[in-house]
Amino acid sequence: MPTVSLTVNGKVVSAEVENRTLLVQLLREKLGLTGTHVGCDTSQCGACVVHINGDAVKSCTTLALQVEGTDVTTIEGLATNGELHPMQEAFRDNHALQCGFCTPGMVMAAIDLVNKNPNPDEQTVRRELEGNLCRCTGYHNIVKAIIAGGQAMGG
Amino acid sequence: MAENGIGARSLRKEDARFLRGSGNYVDDINRPGQAYATFVRSPHAHARIEKIDTSRAAEASGVVGVFTGDDLAADGVGGLICGWMVTDRNGENMKAPPHPALAQGKVNYVGDHVAIVIANTLAEARDAAELVEVDYGVLPANVDTDKADADGTPQIHDDIPGNMSYDWELGDAAAVDEAIESAAHVTTLEIVNNRLIPNAIEPRSAIGEYDPASDAFTLYTTSQNPHVARLVLSAFCAIAPEHKLRVVAPDVGGGFGSKIFIYAEETVCTWASKKVGCPVKWTADRSESFVSDAHGRDHVTKAELALDSDGKFTALRVSTKASMGAYLSTFASCVPTYLYGTLLAGQYTTPAIYCNVKALFTNTAPVDAYRGAGRPEATYLLERLVEVAARETGTDPAELRKKNFIPPDAFPYTTPVVLAYDSGSYEAVLDKACDIADYRGFAERREEANTRGKLRGIGFSSYIEACGIAPSAAVGSLGAGVGLWEGAQVRFNPTGSVTVFTGSHAHGQGHETTFAQVVADKLGVDFENVEVVHGDTDKGPFGMGTYGSRSIAVGGSAIISACDKLIEKGKKIAAHALEASESDIEYDGGTFSVAGTDRSMSMGEIAFAAYVPHNYPEGLEPGFEESAFYDPVNFTFPAGTQICEVEVDPDTGEVEIIKFSAVDDVGTVINPMIVEGQVHGGVTQGIGQALLENGVYDGDTGQLVSGSYNDYTMPRADDVPTYDVEMYETPCPHNPLGVKGCGEVGAIAAPPAVINAITDALSTEDIDMPATPERVWQALAQA
Amino acid sequence: MYDFTYHRASDVADAVSKVRDTGEGQFLAGGHTLIPTLKLRLAKPSDLVDLQGIANLQGISASDDGVTVKAMTTHATVAESKDVQDTIPALASLASGIGDPHVRARGTIGGSIANNDPAADYPAAVVGLGATVKTDQRDIAGDDFFTGMFETALSDGELITEVSFPKANKAAYYKFKNPASRFAIVGVFVAQTGGGVRVTVTGAAPCVFRVSEMEEALASSFSSDAIKDIKIPEDGLNSDIHAQADYRAHLVNVCARRAVDAC
Repeated sequence: MPTVSLTVNGKVVSAEVENRTLLVQLLREKLGLTGTHVGCDTSQCGACVVHINGDAVKSCTTLALQVEGTDVTTIEGLATNGELHPMQEAFRDNHALQCGFCTPGMVMAAIDLVNKNPNPDEQTVRRELEGNLCRCTGYHNIVKAIIAGGQAMGG
Repeated sequence: MAENGIGARSLRKEDARFLRGSGNYVDDINRPGQAYATFVRSPHAHARIEKIDTSRAAEASGVVGVFTGDDLAADGVGGLICGWMVTDRNGENMKAPPHPALAQGKVNYVGDHVAIVIANTLAEARDAAELVEVDYGVLPANVDTDKADADGTPQIHDDIPGNMSYDWELGDAAAVDEAIESAAHVTTLEIVNNRLIPNAIEPRSAIGEYDPASDAFTLYTTSQNPHVARLVLSAFCAIAPEHKLRVVAPDVGGGFGSKIFIYAEETVCTWASKKVGCPVKWTADRSESFVSDAHGRDHVTKAELALDSDGKFTALRVSTKASMGAYLSTFASCVPTYLYGTLLAGQYTTPAIYCNVKALFTNTAPVDAYRGAGRPEATYLLERLVEVAARETGTDPAELRKKNFIPPDAFPYTTPVVLAYDSGSYEAVLDKACDIADYRGFAERREEANTRGKLRGIGFSSYIEACGIAPSAAVGSLGAGVGLWEGAQVRFNPTGSVTVFTGSHAHGQGHETTFAQVVADKLGVDFENVEVVHGDTDKGPFGMGTYGSRSIAVGGSAIISACDKLIEKGKKIAAHALEASESDIEYDGGTFSVAGTDRSMSMGEIAFAAYVPHNYPEGLEPGFEESAFYDPVNFTFPAGTQICEVEVDPDTGEVEIIKFSAVDDVGTVINPMIVEGQVHGGVTQGIGQALLENGVYDGDTGQLVSGSYNDYTMPRADDVPTYDVEMYETPCPHNPLGVKGCGEVGAIAAPPAVINAITDALSTEDIDMPATPERVWQALAQA
Repeated sequence: MYDFTYHRASDVADAVSKVRDTGEGQFLAGGHTLIPTLKLRLAKPSDLVDLQGIANLQGISASDDGVTVKAMTTHATVAESKDVQDTIPALASLASGIGDPHVRARGTIGGSIANNDPAADYPAAVVGLGATVKTDQRDIAGDDFFTGMFETALSDGELITEVSFPKANKAAYYKFKNPASRFAIVGVFVAQTGGGVRVTVTGAAPCVFRVSEMEEALASSFSSDAIKDIKIPEDGLNSDIHAQADYRAHLVNVCARRAVDAC
């Protein structure tokens, strides 16, 4: 079996994978990082979003072997010294999660969204969330949280 | 109000783990030595199984077991059941076809379960599943609800002629006929309530595990009601006796009804874990969820509303065909009957109501409760009828509603369709909603939109629902196979913290927070020191689970009852320690005091005394822990008015929701932040039904056409607006917290508000849900 | 997914030879069509040859005449490119509306046009601007590239290396999205170039097509009024649960007018 080596949440890791192993399977099954979820099989729901070299991508639509040598960040890698990332805080403060299943992908997408659109307005947030489905919150509080999180991230 | 007591916008306890990616969902669990299952599913809507050959699959790499319906039958595994017996209009029991967990001789919908293949890896299981050879004798499919009982429609089950499970009625047909005959005006509508596919973002998942040492099974499953799952798997499927089966439903990623039911997959995985000698894990991919989760709605209805010359409603006649799908799912039969026909009075004084429902089998996925379950269907037809009646009679829709509302002094109010409403403030709620929506300013906004070439419309929905499900004796008399009480256990730990075990289950509702607020308030302990435990049949008392907006009204009431028992016991301990008569001990917010003195003990001191009973009342048991079971005396009746304002682009038919205003009376609000969140989510699912979502089967082949997110339109962030949600609190008079439930409000209320707004904009009533751009464009072209 | 063998190509020649040397090998670009297809077991390639490590398949260059986008350039890169925004803003705008942000971060122009999904956006621009598709073997005129549903002029093992888009005087793309998939139910690209006006339609039919009647009308008067009465025939248009052919035909007119207005 081939081996893939990469950096995940700041740690260098390597694992044996099948050619057909997806990044999300590598994270969940080989590395035990089960915070990244799978909610669909057509690359639409966004529950699996992680950052590869700083860009939010769908880890269910990326082969593990494609990420050789990259720097991957998952939801587990956001908090520093136990302190939540400002976007995580904003999600909690604004009740932007209910069942929590879409939340990891939503938070990872939100951070990327703010990085690329500092201080986004409501319309921008709604448009840029096209790749993330939430069935619980109706997005109302997610949109509020991302705007607040964006401000907390320093605009 | 305490800092984190009743009424506080306490931030959620559960968020800490969810936000860090530390949630524990079933698919996150891996058991030592586990194998992976995949199901061979029917590619046909309707077919005889001529032959199944599993031999090549069984020999494939990594395969540890391949089983079919014959293997289940040989082991005496029972089929899936429907737990509610509906009696039809002739007094006969509904017809419930056999529902084997793996097909026996016939498949009846695309996705029906044919075989399970278990292998060391999921990829191996899927590779091997393709080697299972099934010869099908394809039969013509019946997927059209309206035609399911017609002559010549393919019959699905032997001995169920006309594909009819039951032909049910409620109400006084003669009185209704007479009132309609003599009415000044009759409004008639024929409507379709579209099939919905629940789509919790977490797909269903199950791990069955057998431990030979204890001869016991554990099932980890995505369930809204693990105790009920255990009961059914024991009593009906005969997997194992209840004491030898533990069911764990850990963090569950949304349910909306779809995870109430007992499905084939968890049944078979549990059974198979003993057959293959290792844990068996199965997780649906989304494509499987689409075809195999129980769907919702799917009604075709004709309804007539009669009015007298003053605009008072005099009668309502409803005739509905409800699809059951191919089999009766766990609670399917009660949805279009006791959760539908009984709600047809709405908020109105309509004196005569008659409802007939034909429950029909089609070659489609089973249909069961989906957020709202029956009540959205009732609300949709009623609120559309009322809006149309207002237009036809030239009456303001708000005024027509007010004219017919049950007045606040009429409660308790028994409707002609058996429910006894306990409380309500319908007119005040409607007035408040009109204010928030700036209803008075609408005409001006419509004119302004016209100048931009856009069509504006506004629509109302004044809904009611029966929640807090349910008084056991009442539902028992209507055919329920279970009681619908709830259990709770409150354990005051020796060092002053509290552990609460509840039979309710949270899958997004925030029970760990809301219930902790209730207990903190009641027992005077810190919110931070209250831990709520749920979702494991080995922990805490039996419970009936979470659905029908019942958790706070029934589960919360059970917790209060257990707390009351603790307080009663505490009074005895305090009386002894303070050397006073028990009748002189007063309790308030965590402090026991002797009336008229400054002598008192804290709850913590009482608890410590109970665990270290050195100076203790004679004959009183030590320990400070109580259990309670709460059986509600009535349903609760959340109600409200939601108003939707839309703008239609006549060029494309696109509908934009400009403003959505909701005033909901869910009784006492424990945590406004959480309640508003429930309304946002429910409204969004309601808007989804009204504008976007549609479960479509191909009329010829019976294939599910809307079987992925490429074709089933899920509401996205840019489909919906920011909502204006406010509460109006009329406490429920018959439960200790005054709560009514809030989980289904939005899904029930929103669809008619949206469609009424669209029909207002288009000046035509001829449009069904979902009002897609194409349908709106067609309606405009034909108007 | 069925199993396959994964390869990483070092340059174009390596990629091409690796695919040729395998039985049923395929190039892997951004993977945002191919990987979902594999996950649903709808394709069974023996080998996947990953192009992402090939440095000279990445990047954008601009001149006074237009822009050249290398095949492995992502939609996000095109959308955010100052060169594209300045030279052919309609192309940047089109790229900014493909899929969702995560798809745009991985999906590539080469992968998109090689797949030729009937509802993809890029084909409308490739034909609408009269672009040239360069492969490891030849230059293919945009007009000749898309030959049918999921079919192109590419031969087996032929690899797109870049796409050159000539600059337009005016151009705009208007998409009416499928509410579920967010692909185009109808997308219309309108361009006014030195060589005349082009109106191209994606999403409506099995393959991108031009509407000559609109092109002629716009050539004499470049305004949405000039085409408002031009109805395109329903025959041959796609029908599905989101839009029947008559609605798509209607939307072609609406989208074309809106694209003209946005020019």
